Amino acid sequence: MTSSNVGIVIVSHSKDVARGAAEMVRQMVGPEVPLAHCGGDPGGGLGTSVESIMAAIAEAWSDRGVAVLVDLGGAETNSEMAIELLPAGQRERVVVCNAPIVEGAVMAATESSAGSSLAAVRSTAEELYAGSMVR
Amino acid sequence: MSAPTASRSVLMKHPVGLHARPSVKLTKLAKSFGCRIEMAQQAQGPWIDAKSIVKVMAMKAPRDTTLHFRAVGDGAADAVDALSELVRRNFDEDHADAPAP
Repeated sequence: MTSSNVGIVIVSHSKDVARGAAEMVRQMVGPEVPLAHCGGDPGGGLGTSVESIMAAIAEAWSDRGVAVLVDLGGAETNSEMAIELLPAGQRERVVVCNAPIVEGAVMAATESSAGSSLAAVRSTAEELYAGSMVR
Repeated sequence: MSAPTASRSVLMKHPVGLHARPSVKLTKLAKSFGCRIEMAQQAQGPWIDAKSIVKVMAMKAPRDTTLHFRAVGDGAADAVDALSELVRRNFDEDHADAPAP
């Protein structure tokens, strides 16, 4: 039994950025979206780890899929690695969004809260880089 | 028989205007209706999809903007009423301790 809403995972190099972005999603969108975040390397410094990303995906898991928001380079490559390590049947339902981490997470969660598909959640987050915010 | 349509306009008094949190609330409410809903800052448009969080936030509508809603389809009247009411209630943020956007 999982949520009927797409899950959101926030992966930052900084634990504080990840936690802050997740807090914004919780406060602005609400509790109905599965949400998890991770950041920092195991030693307490800046970085990301495949293991903690996999744990976050598991925490936010929804059969409708999971959208991952990342900040810089390693967050993306480690997220892609984490997705590859998921069992078949799960890895097809996790995508990394090409979107700014904070704004993308709030937009994606807003879309998810309405019960939208993973493809719709991703495209809403990615609309931000398509120039829609620029007027 | 054509689909039901409805429209309504409301003056937004929220001090900060349609900033991030009100945009999320408005979009979530719009998405709870099955009909097509559009909104605009002027009666003649341009009209945007009220269910698109990115487009609603990009409006950057300031305080004292009159927001125009129009809807087509089942529940159109209920939809424009609910959205107008949310704006009229200042997005339910009308308390002194409301944090900055």
